Amino acid sequence: MTRGAVVERLLYGDVVVGGALPVLGIDVTATTVVLGALASRDWRPMHHDRDFAIQRNGTRDIFLNTPNQAAWFERYVTDWTGPTGRLGRMTFHMNTPVFPGDHMAFMATVDGTEIDGAGCGWITLDVVLRVGDVTNTACTTRVALPLDKDDNPWTRRGDAWRP
Amino acid sequence: MSNSSITELIPVPDEVTARIGLIQYEVEGGFPVENGYVWTTCASVENANPLFWNETVANELTNGPIAPPTMLSVWFRPHHWSPGRIESAVPLQAHFDLKDALDLPEAIISSNTNTFHEPVRIGDRVRSRQILRSISEPKTTKLGYGRFWTIDVEYLNQKDSLLGVESYTAFGYRRLGGDRS
Repeated sequence: MTRGAVVERLLYGDVVVGGALPVLGIDVTATTVVLGALASRDWRPMHHDRDFAIQRNGTRDIFLNTPNQAAWFERYVTDWTGPTGRLGRMTFHMNTPVFPGDHMAFMATVDGTEIDGAGCGWITLDVVLRVGDVTNTACTTRVALPLDKDDNPWTRRGDAWRP
Repeated sequence: MSNSSITELIPVPDEVTARIGLIQYEVEGGFPVENGYVWTTCASVENANPLFWNETVANELTNGPIAPPTMLSVWFRPHHWSPGRIESAVPLQAHFDLKDALDLPEAIISSNTNTFHEPVRIGDRVRSRQILRSISEPKTTKLGYGRFWTIDVEYLNQKDSLLGVESYTAFGYRRLGGDRS
């Protein structure tokens, strides 16, 4: 996967259960952490003040905040789906913080597909953020994809949208 | 320094238990949804999705520019400072209330579920409200001893349409071996 490149618009029928997404690798710096925290308007010191993180939180450095991890997962998934992929739900569990100096690897597999009662095509992805052999954060996300080139999940409203 | 143990946790006060299920802190965000934060957020994660950068694509797919769905919480976080404010404002006030009420000085967010409904549009005035859903029995983790709790934050726009729900599970704790101050 090329960093910053968005693929063409993925269709529901293009997806195979068990299929793997391309791996995305990112080197985390202090700037990554601080920029992510400030972009998400998270002013808490453990995301920009190393002494505070060590002395108060007991961690070894500042670490990625929750909303920015969500933004990383969204970016990873929609790099693959293209702009017609619409997130419905995202759950993630943070096991271990991500620190400056870490190399994050995002990986995912397709866990399931379904067309709901409103005719919307959904895929479920198991996504992990790993540093080395450790899964720092595990994420499950449900994404709507177009059934064909004339379909657009973003037009769904009310009962036609069941995230 | 004494060896603190899980038995030193205070019981959950009745007035805290009574908050479960109640709507708290219903407030409007400090400013309308705007592109500056959208682009800064996209830049922070190198998100090149043309939906957020290319107005033609946004017009075609979403009938105009929208914000990335995972930015929901951005729109309810208070400014770090504002004129006339005496105390610092904190996001997710219900979470900080629990830290104080349960005498647990540290906390981390351990898991998060976001459900996305209507797209958040540039110019929207987003309103949020917090609902405490649960508080656990005492637990010990590698960070310390304390309790887990879950708080939902619901987001609505100026038309009262539901934009999304963020459900945070946090662990409030005392570090192992630390004193209760």
